[in-house]
Amino acid sequence: MAVFPAKEKAIGMYRTMYKIRKYEESIYYLFLEGIMPGTIHQSTGEEASAVGMLYDLRKDDWMASTHRPAGHDIAKGISVKAMMCEMFGAEEGCCGGHGGAMHTGDISVGAMTANAIVGGNLPIAAGAALAFKMQGKDNVVVCFFGDGATNEGSYHETMNAAGLWKLPVVYVCENNQYSANTSIHLTCCKENPAADRAECYGIPSEVVDGNDVLAVNEAATRAIARARRGEGPTILELKTYRHGGHSRNDACGYRPDAEEEEWIGRRDPVKNFRQVILDHGAATEEELAALEAEVEAEIDEAVEYAKNAKLPDDESALKNVFWEEK
Amino acid sequence: MAIMSIADAYKSAIREEMQRDKTVYCIGEDEDIPGGMGGAFTVTKGLGEEFGANVAVPGKDGKLEIKGMDDFGKNRVINTPISEILIGGVCVGSAMAGMKPVADLQYGDFLFCMMDQLVNQAAKMCYMSNGQVHVPMVMRAPCGATNRGAQHAQSLESYFIHVPGLKVICPSTAYDAKGMMIAAIRDPNPVIVFEHKLLYGGKRKEAGQLSAMGEVPDGEYTVPFGKAAIRREGKDVTIVANMLMWYKAMQAAEELEKEGISVEIIDPRSLVPFDYDTVLASIKKTGKLMIVHEDHYNGGWGAQLASYVAEHAIMDLDAPIVRLAAPDTPIPFSPKLERFVVPSAERIAEAARKLAKL
Repeated sequence: MAVFPAKEKAIGMYRTMYKIRKYEESIYYLFLEGIMPGTIHQSTGEEASAVGMLYDLRKDDWMASTHRPAGHDIAKGISVKAMMCEMFGAEEGCCGGHGGAMHTGDISVGAMTANAIVGGNLPIAAGAALAFKMQGKDNVVVCFFGDGATNEGSYHETMNAAGLWKLPVVYVCENNQYSANTSIHLTCCKENPAADRAECYGIPSEVVDGNDVLAVNEAATRAIARARRGEGPTILELKTYRHGGHSRNDACGYRPDAEEEEWIGRRDPVKNFRQVILDHGAATEEELAALEAEVEAEIDEAVEYAKNAKLPDDESALKNVFWEEK
Repeated sequence: MAIMSIADAYKSAIREEMQRDKTVYCIGEDEDIPGGMGGAFTVTKGLGEEFGANVAVPGKDGKLEIKGMDDFGKNRVINTPISEILIGGVCVGSAMAGMKPVADLQYGDFLFCMMDQLVNQAAKMCYMSNGQVHVPMVMRAPCGATNRGAQHAQSLESYFIHVPGLKVICPSTAYDAKGMMIAAIRDPNPVIVFEHKLLYGGKRKEAGQLSAMGEVPDGEYTVPFGKAAIRREGKDVTIVANMLMWYKAMQAAEELEKEGISVEIIDPRSLVPFDYDTVLASIKKTGKLMIVHEDHYNGGWGAQLASYVAEHAIMDLDAPIVRLAAPDTPIPFSPKLERFVVPSAERIAEAARKLAKL
């Protein structure tokens, strides 16, 4: 059982988890309304992973995300307004409308451009970690990936070298049990696709309840400290679950009802942590309700702003193909 | 001023940049293992000793001694596993974080193993992030047919000119090799450097290699991208050819000179960016354009150049554009067959002779 943190930290974690939940919900409704372009890969249900991993990470540490980046990016510190504007392809989006839902990022808060090639971010995170090591910095990189990425060649090439070179990076497998539509039981020779294969690379690993933000945060603290001490990478495998489909049009017909009831009904990371906070007397029902109203207002404001935000000039499509001196 | 091979000119550029700039480092397979080759073609040999490397060497007790693994970040020459995706990705990530990697592929054919990292990652990071990050990396790729069979033989430059965000260069003299390598290392974008195996002139001898020894000034200088070199001036036919092919074209031009045909030879030196203006100025004078590359015919960079000329200057032409390229077959091993598919001086002369008479 994870130790309950200081009140301020617990409330801070809950605020970000709730923000991610409401952000993703509003995106979902905007899609249903038909006013948001593109596709979506939502992180609803995986909030404990993002917040547990990133809550204590320094701003100047880097984070590498995937095609499902919203939770990670919000937890790393990108504003919901900049995220929402990017979703609408607006000029004030965090990537000026060049990136979109799968390529959000803001390097000023250490959020690397999110990567929509499964496994593509793994060696890039290793490279950033190598750079920090060569520069004599104590920074670390936290790199998220899904269970599906563990079957990519990039995964095995990267883990071998990260272990061998003792790179300051934490590899975080968000095992939501499905590679898009396909069950992990059909795709991996091991029960725990990341953790069970970590030993091959000389990398320590932990399997963690990915829906328990405090358990994730404790594992993160250990892994980040180890990386910062120069002792090398850790592979954390967080067991979690998508509340929605893989992407926009996926109705999840391949998942059994009982499984969904267990993970979505009983193991919801946001609802459960809310209850833990109440149980520990860290906040009252009224205080949490007030916090939630505040977060909802922030998201509503971001949505209204983004809906009317200026779209980029056409000529901006031709910018930044190559780097332009600022 | 020194006379040196292209292999040594590259080495000199990389070494001097590493001395000047602590963020420059080398990474690759067999990059510099003592007793080994220094990449496949000696370019990085000796850099590990000067700048620190992870190495395994025979120790005094007759056993293997491992060095440079405990304090890995101090190495500026990194010998990697045979993991091309790793090499590509580490270049991208470290470049985003302020380093300037110079990577070596041994054989350019292995670029395909890291295609995602080059095309989806290196080339697009600056764009997708709207200029928040950029990727100053150099990927060195030996190329060209050299009696090694189809998977160690390709001319790959045309694959990459199609990718927005990548610069593609193909230096082919010692002077250019040093000046363009320095420019590549200093460029804030990903640069793929194609190095023809028969032009290195390194200690590793290759059947059919040309002597590309040349004068290289002492100290630092750069040769900018996007500026073609006129290797020979002429007035009857313009030949645009890169790497080994312009040397062959020079041989052809000497023969044709005896017959009274005057050939102008342009070496583009960089394919992205491409110096179209020098080509257009030349055909204004000659009215005849021939393009020669060792790359395959279908979709080769010559097709892009031909269509550009047709689009912008067709009225300057007095005859159809002629393209000479490797046929659309894999490169065969048998030296006789390889000689058949790679354009030769004789075939260039024959085609240019015909074109001049049109």
